[in-house]
Amino acid sequence: MRSELDRPVQRELTRLRVNGEEFELYLPVHKTLLEVLREDLKLTGTKHGCELGECGTCTVLVDGEPQLSCLLLPLQAEGRELTTVEGLAEGAALHPLQVAFAELGAAQCGYCTPGILLAAKALLVRDPRPSRDGIKEALAGNLCRCTGYVKIIEAVELASQRMAEA
Amino acid sequence: MPKVDGAPKVTGQAVYADDIDLPRMLHCKILRAQLPHARILSVDASAARRIPGVKAVITGQDLPIRFGILPVTQDEAALEGEKVRYVGDPVAAVAAVDEETAAAACDAIKVEYQELKPVMSIEEALKEAADEPIQAYTKRSDNVHRMVSYEFGDLAAGFARADHVREDVFFFQGSTHLPMEQHSAVATYAGGRVTLWSSTQVVHYVHRALSKVLELPMSRIRVIGAAHGGGFGGKTDPFAHEIVVAKLAMLTGRPVKCTLTREEVFYAHRGRHPVLMWVKTGVTRDGRITAMHFRSALDGGAYGSYGAASIFYTGTLQTVTYDIPAYKFEGARVFTNKAPCGPKRGHGTPQPRFAVELHLEKIAREIGLEPVELKRRNFVKPFSRAVNWLRITSCGLEECTEKVLAASGYADRQRQPGRGLGFAISAYMSGAGTAIYWNDMPHSEVQLKVDRTGVTLFCGAMDIGQGSDSVLAQIAAEELGLEPKDIHLVTADTDTTPIDLGSYSSRVTFMAGNAAVEAARRMRALLVAAVAQKMGVADLEEIDVADGRIGEFSFEEASVLAEEKFGALASAGSYKPPRIGGPFKGSGVGPSPAYSYSACVVEVTADARSGIVTVERVWIAHDIGRAINPLLVEGQVEGSVYMALGEALMEEQVYRQGLHKWPSMLEYKSPTFLETPEMHTFLVETDDPEGPYGAKEAGQGPLLPVIPAVNLAVQDALGIWIDEIPVTPEKVLRALEAKAKGEPPRFGPKVFPSVPYPEPIRVEPPDPGDLRVGDELEAAFPSSPRVR
Ligand code: FES
Ligand code: FES
Repeated sequence: MRSELDRPVQRELTRLRVNGEEFELYLPVHKTLLEVLREDLKLTGTKHGCELGECGTCTVLVDGEPQLSCLLLPLQAEGRELTTVEGLAEGAALHPLQVAFAELGAAQCGYCTPGILLAAKALLVRDPRPSRDGIKEALAGNLCRCTGYVKIIEAVELASQRMAEA
Repeated sequence: MPKVDGAPKVTGQAVYADDIDLPRMLHCKILRAQLPHARILSVDASAARRIPGVKAVITGQDLPIRFGILPVTQDEAALEGEKVRYVGDPVAAVAAVDEETAAAACDAIKVEYQELKPVMSIEEALKEAADEPIQAYTKRSDNVHRMVSYEFGDLAAGFARADHVREDVFFFQGSTHLPMEQHSAVATYAGGRVTLWSSTQVVHYVHRALSKVLELPMSRIRVIGAAHGGGFGGKTDPFAHEIVVAKLAMLTGRPVKCTLTREEVFYAHRGRHPVLMWVKTGVTRDGRITAMHFRSALDGGAYGSYGAASIFYTGTLQTVTYDIPAYKFEGARVFTNKAPCGPKRGHGTPQPRFAVELHLEKIAREIGLEPVELKRRNFVKPFSRAVNWLRITSCGLEECTEKVLAASGYADRQRQPGRGLGFAISAYMSGAGTAIYWNDMPHSEVQLKVDRTGVTLFCGAMDIGQGSDSVLAQIAAEELGLEPKDIHLVTADTDTTPIDLGSYSSRVTFMAGNAAVEAARRMRALLVAAVAQKMGVADLEEIDVADGRIGEFSFEEASVLAEEKFGALASAGSYKPPRIGGPFKGSGVGPSPAYSYSACVVEVTADARSGIVTVERVWIAHDIGRAINPLLVEGQVEGSVYMALGEALMEEQVYRQGLHKWPSMLEYKSPTFLETPEMHTFLVETDDPEGPYGAKEAGQGPLLPVIPAVNLAVQDALGIWIDEIPVTPEKVLRALEAKAKGEPPRFGPKVFPSVPYPEPIRVEPPDPGDLRVGDELEAAFPSSPRVR
């Protein structure tokens, strides 16, 4: 039998700031940030493909840096600014990356899309006009099985261009 | 034209099966076999049932009825009660208040096994079983699942006519789909009805399997396709977890969800069959094929799945790429103690495609002909009938070849060691000509409703990311003079939508598309009739339907007029492919209303020291018939190229001592952003007479030529033959070593095992100009067995 069932589950009061909103949660300490986002905060836009840190699907931003939420514990995220795909748009206005992804067909099944959007956002903050290789490098930890990556690279380029022009 | 579901997917709003969270929902975990082959002596779930939070535990006894995607292989149980046949075979399932409790309960279930000797290779499977065969129903003492044998035309005469004959043996390793989304299903039971949301490509076939196993009429089951996180053929079978959650919901009266772990996804599999192939071809001095004899042996894993069809697919489509005047095909599938193989993108055809392309290249060099030239001389002709009765309509092979040769500069390439180009072609079906289970009903149906809320289109088709929703919206919009965004879509829900057989065999654009054209034209006729009456125009042709207007009226006004005149506005359309297969038993696998064609050139650099192959550039031309949505077609082509590159160079589903070697994404290598080569995609339009607006498929065909083209580029770069897929650095180095020693510069299988194929069914070939299908064809052969 699994050990966690033999003893009472240890819980901690955890404060999280996600997409600019504050949450106070009483969480089992072993629960991953991925699980907390999806199950406790119902932010199901964050997806998972392995829950072992191997696919990049669960990427969220922690203080602007892409991190794998399946490998983070909520305690590690306390006091930091978390951004999920739900926090990309400004109200109803989509982020230029979201627009470009939708426009160019960079989301086929769309399952890898939230993680890749966030990784790309972090990239564009760091380097507003990345090279093709720069894009590939920044997104190398995110797998996509549908698109062959081509339209994703093009969409990041398009968004970067539009953001530079804006 | 962007996809209609772009916004929900980029905002995280699309609801995938695992995103569904219902009040009082329970979580399900499945206990899976950890032995590859064993009899189950006993299952004791009493300790599991006592764990607080556990609401139900079920075992094989609770779900004894067997199912399977094909009527001929109903060999799977949702939970196995008698024996397990691969590591990962489901044995018991738990519904509990959370996943951890359910997992702990699984751990507490005691299963007593009697181990049997596992069978892990094609060669072993062909021998007498040591303990007992994996599947008893074959009534054989070895582990052969099924065999087929056909001879079309006079093979002996064909070989006798040849100036040159060559034989080769090839092996194509299995690989898996690796969809980013882990399979997931949620079921509820209320009012005596089961509702299941699932990540599936085949809502209808899941519906049928649930009905059979749960012993409920289909009218008491509703299956809904949730937003789909990638299939590629991997979600085209009914799966144990789908049946298990439904059963658990019925037992507990609460919603139940099961999401597979990534490791379980590797066990669910249904991926590419490992296939050993032997091919012998005769050619004339000027390179014309006179006869071909092709043998395949497929490693099927532990269950039937689509395997009976997969065998055929390794043989039948050879004749729709090259004109083969006499053709013999022998195919066999064996059972092994591995996760079951099934349909992965290209279903059963990438393997022979690879073998034949390499084989012809070898022949061409032997007779001193430029390989591309030899291939070209044998291209099938548009509007012809192949020796095995497959009917070819539009065919853009020549145009595709032209495009990629010109763009890549293939003919004038500078030969330099370590850098090479490879060329290959392919064909694929635009939908299977027959349904998976025999019936005479349409393969796809569309209904349209027009009222004050606008236009709503209903269709059972499941959008798995390929964009079928967008294509349906676009077709309806085109016919009604609207924009795709004006069409509301309701799809993939067995309660509210008419049937579509599913997203497999590249059938959706073609079949649902044709149904949508018919439904929309009927609706347009109603609107036009009402407008014409109002305008006092007698000739309906005079009424223009475009830009949101019908004649003098806006679409909204026209719909009010039509509703006043006719009452509720509804229309329907359907599509059923004509009978195409020839007058012989087994002619139902392979016929398609139209074939897509592709040609590809791949450029690689290959490092002789490390054996590492890097794909630099890919030029691919695809005969799409007509691109209804070029953006989506490009996406399908690029995705296919990517998946092919993974298979060509790195992806392998392999086993060690009965265990899957790499059931994790870290170790199962697949291409990342960094491996993305430069891709040049060309769409060739040939306007197929059968397709909607002339369209053909795009989702699978473009994968096929890429794998042999990569392989041939390595040949070009290093002068070695890797007669195996994937082309790993190790194999490259082994072939180079052989070359250095003065041995044949080759890596690959040496012999093809002896397979007890049956006597062939001998079939008289058709007249190549006989294009008759449907009633005409049936009338011509009144006594032939019904095509299945
Ligand atoms: S879910 Fe795969 S890396 Fe987190
Ligand atoms: S769009 Fe399907 S995995 Fe990327």
